[in-house]
Amino acid sequence: MRKVYLDNNSTTPLLPEVRDAMVPYLGEYFGNPSCLHEWGDPPREALEKARAQVAGLIGAAPEEIIFTASGTEANNFAVKGIAMANQKKGRHIVVSAIEHFSVLNSAKTLEKMGYTYSVVAVDKYGVIDPEKVRKAIRDDTSLISIMHANSEVGTLEPIKEIAKITKEKGIIFHTDAVATAGTIPVNVKELGVDALSLAGNMFYGPKGAGALWLRKGVRITPLLDGGIQEGGRRAGTENVPGIVGLGVAAEIAKAETSTRNEHLTKLRERLIRELPARIDRVVVTGHPEDRLPGHASFCVEFVEGESMLMLLSTKGIAVTSGSACTSRALLASHVLLAMGLPHEIAQGSLLFGLGISNTIEDVDYVLAELPPIVDRLRQMSPLYSKFLKSKGG
Amino acid sequence: MPVYSQKVMEHFMNPRNVGEIENADGIGEEGNPVCGDMMTFYIKVKDGRLEDVKYKTFGCGAAIAVSSMVSEIAKGKTLDEALKITPSFVAAELEGLPKNKFHCSNLGAQALHKAIEDYLNKQKAGGK
Repeated sequence: MRKVYLDNNSTTPLLPEVRDAMVPYLGEYFGNPSCLHEWGDPPREALEKARAQVAGLIGAAPEEIIFTASGTEANNFAVKGIAMANQKKGRHIVVSAIEHFSVLNSAKTLEKMGYTYSVVAVDKYGVIDPEKVRKAIRDDTSLISIMHANSEVGTLEPIKEIAKITKEKGIIFHTDAVATAGTIPVNVKELGVDALSLAGNMFYGPKGAGALWLRKGVRITPLLDGGIQEGGRRAGTENVPGIVGLGVAAEIAKAETSTRNEHLTKLRERLIRELPARIDRVVVTGHPEDRLPGHASFCVEFVEGESMLMLLSTKGIAVTSGSACTSRALLASHVLLAMGLPHEIAQGSLLFGLGISNTIEDVDYVLAELPPIVDRLRQMSPLYSKFLKSKGG
Repeated sequence: MPVYSQKVMEHFMNPRNVGEIENADGIGEEGNPVCGDMMTFYIKVKDGRLEDVKYKTFGCGAAIAVSSMVSEIAKGKTLDEALKITPSFVAAELEGLPKNKFHCSNLGAQALHKAIEDYLNKQKAGGK
């Protein structure tokens, strides 16, 4: 059976050249980079090379890169660490309604510690209005955290415009760029932000390696206490093989961004154009144009996401959904609800994360296999029969 | 893939008795799209027994398998017997349901009971 992986928003496959670069650090170069003897030298040098590669990806200085174990850790570190280190300025932070849970739940944790936070709403495309961010700012606001792009609906956010406001107000601005760094051009100076999170497994690097970029001069309180790794800001023996892989993946991503995206955009456009043409009552979620190159997301009315996902899986197609049934917490996607989609439509969510090895044939395979699956589920859907009856008058 | 038993997968892939019954003797609806699962059961009653049971289901794999299993168990049963079908019994017949799905997806028995109550209420109203 044909196997089509279309879940690159969850994680991407490791590039063979990335894996090859990692292998020596799982073998002969096993040493601890903090050690002064000769076993410490190759891993330490590899770490610094990776730091320069990651800095190069986002137009930053190497010493501003702090390696973490994931994008989630980078987000936790940024939100909690910056809020704690800057509480003299105030104990209020601003986030958007569609942030990843690593940001939203960090804000909730801070709330338990006596901080307050404001949530900025989004429009029907999931776009954040910079003026709403401005209105949420208070005298005691010390941090604003707004994502660069949302991985559930693909929408790109106006980070530059928000950064103008935060600069004018003198407030630290963090952006979660896990969905964009290594995927679209990201330059911290052009964006105008003060801190940025990224993760290697989103751009064909390994899991377990991410980074927080922190502009020089921004204060942060470590989440992990211990040794003086990462300039004393992130204790713990470094995941050298993972970080090496992150660095190589970053270098390749930078070189290949435009060719990758030309290809991905073609596939995405075919999916976004053709799926609603072949299936009645399908809503494209997220912004129609200002979206991630390989990202296509939909809500199929009158059917539920998990059952679609399971039937697609029997055809060898891997996708994901923001429906309540597919989430372990059994809650519909907070992103889709924040965009104003009613629950019954959000339940029909399907997310396609196209990757660099997908082909137009993969897209055509989905376009052929999905309509009969939807039809089959609609034939047994009470919502669909109600719809047909209301239509029939 | 969700961790479903073989029995759940089998019913999900080949659901029995899907559909509506025209001029059903009783109709019962349970759940709502907010929680993700919704089921409508239709029954035909003859001589105090469920002559036919059909349903329509919006929901996850578990919800579809539950509906299918309930329809299979209930068909041919007396109303009293059918009213004694419990969600736990349905789950056991399906060789178990994931813990977090037990309450939200396992609505088939309730929907069937509502259809039977609907039938009984109509009988009462008709008898007056």
